[in-house]
Amino acid sequence: MSGPNVLEVRGLSARIAGQEVVHDVSFEVPAAGVTAVLGRNGVGKTSTLRAVLGLVERSGEVLLDGVRVDGERTDRIVRRGVGYVPEDREVFAGLTVAENLRLAHRAGPGGTTAEHRALVDALFPDLATRAAQRAGTLSGGQQQMVSLARALLNDNRILLVDEPTKGLAPRIVGEVAEALAAAARTVPILLVEQNLQVVERLADRVVVIDAGRVVHTGPARDLLDDADLLQRLLGVHAETEAAR
Amino acid sequence: MSTLILLLATGLGLGGLYFLVASGLSLIYGLMGVLNFAHGSFLTLGAFVGLAAGNLVGAGTWGGLLLGLVVGALTGAAAATATELGLIRPLYDRHIEQVLVTVGLSLATVALFEGIWGPNPRNVTRPGWLASTTDVLGARVPNTAFLNVLAGAVVLGGIVAFLRYTRYGLIIRAGVENRAMVTALGIDVRRAFTLVFAVGGAAAGLGGVLATQSLNYVSPHMGASLLIFAFIVTVIGGMGSLTGAAVASVVVAVLQQLANFYLNNTGDLIVVLLLALVLLVRPSGLLGRPA
Repeated sequence: MSGPNVLEVRGLSARIAGQEVVHDVSFEVPAAGVTAVLGRNGVGKTSTLRAVLGLVERSGEVLLDGVRVDGERTDRIVRRGVGYVPEDREVFAGLTVAENLRLAHRAGPGGTTAEHRALVDALFPDLATRAAQRAGTLSGGQQQMVSLARALLNDNRILLVDEPTKGLAPRIVGEVAEALAAAARTVPILLVEQNLQVVERLADRVVVIDAGRVVHTGPARDLLDDADLLQRLLGVHAETEAAR
Repeated sequence: MSTLILLLATGLGLGGLYFLVASGLSLIYGLMGVLNFAHGSFLTLGAFVGLAAGNLVGAGTWGGLLLGLVVGALTGAAAATATELGLIRPLYDRHIEQVLVTVGLSLATVALFEGIWGPNPRNVTRPGWLASTTDVLGARVPNTAFLNVLAGAVVLGGIVAFLRYTRYGLIIRAGVENRAMVTALGIDVRRAFTLVFAVGGAAAGLGGVLATQSLNYVSPHMGASLLIFAFIVTVIGGMGSLTGAAVASVVVAVLQQLANFYLNNTGDLIVVLLLALVLLVRPSGLLGRPA
């Protein structure tokens, strides 16, 4: 039942500690390419992603390949083929790199395949040499590689990637963007990202959120080429961004 | 010198018993955030059922004791599994309600055990060797101390091996760090919860049968008595830290023995003071992760 959209979100609201932080959000993610979720700090981008996965209290509809999954537990949604790269990496610091990856292995349809292992090995060759190292002792960039690798090991229908370049050095940002570009050739990505250069490189479509509501959707190019729109929706001067 | 050796040896034996109870408490709290006040009931039930099974083979025989240990562990595991599935699972992430239900269960089960087996302690018949002592550098050390240390070491080794070399062990170690992220990797962490309860219940049931050999009696209240010190050990060691629980078990038990002998039976008071000191100086416990 695979349609043009791999993920559809309809009227999604999310609550944290009883307070609604995402209000009646609706958008779609096509079955190919990168859809970026943009917005200023604290507007509800991360909460939207977490609500899709059921990691926070939510209401509304979430459809994966046309099937409603909003009534399901997080682990079941993930096993349907949703890879998740959380904000701040969230690697298991006390486990080794190899154990972090082993934990992400899934069996059966949509699980770990030889092709996906090969992709991970090709994208992150450094991880093999650090297999026995505790993930907590890795640099931020290396931890991000582990976090991405966990999601890329499986034959997912979609990846939810939350601020993968946050807090990373510019050189590492480039490596992460490269890895995401390679991943995007095999799986659609819903990407929360603040770095507009990364968005410009990767995104086909954008969903802009402000104060917990969707305020704009459309092709990424339309937003990035419109200085007034950028300023109004994101508070960003195009010249400033271009200079970065 | 012989007195000190005796106190250290009996302290180590008592530490073994504390660890059997505290290991389950620590794992359960570490993974699930559940303060399980019913854990002592698993110990008491394991002790009564294990002894009854052992008596079928022969009271005071090694065969009876071995069967009693196995049945006690299985009984503890079964009781813990039923508790997790029936009472804890419907209350995930509702910690106050979990505390209330486990406190209620502990009170109700003591009353139930009193109803079934009577309120008074009953003497047990032990294998001859366990009822005697062994001379160690002039100290006559009760042989039950050796058995308790051995059991504690075997259980510690077994749980460490389980955590290190099995997939469920990996899930539990990861879950202690970040339960939500384990779920976000597509893993049904509830199965790990049930397994942790079962493993903890088995250790407690085993500890129950062993405690009867050390105390020379079985009583509906023995679980509650040991649970208090097991909680202290768990907090001092660091909630969720198995190694911390092992270290704290020995520290608490040895300190208790020394204080009881040298400081006029103030062992319990000293242990509570140690707990207060650790909470003030290092609230996360000796080997626990800082909050």
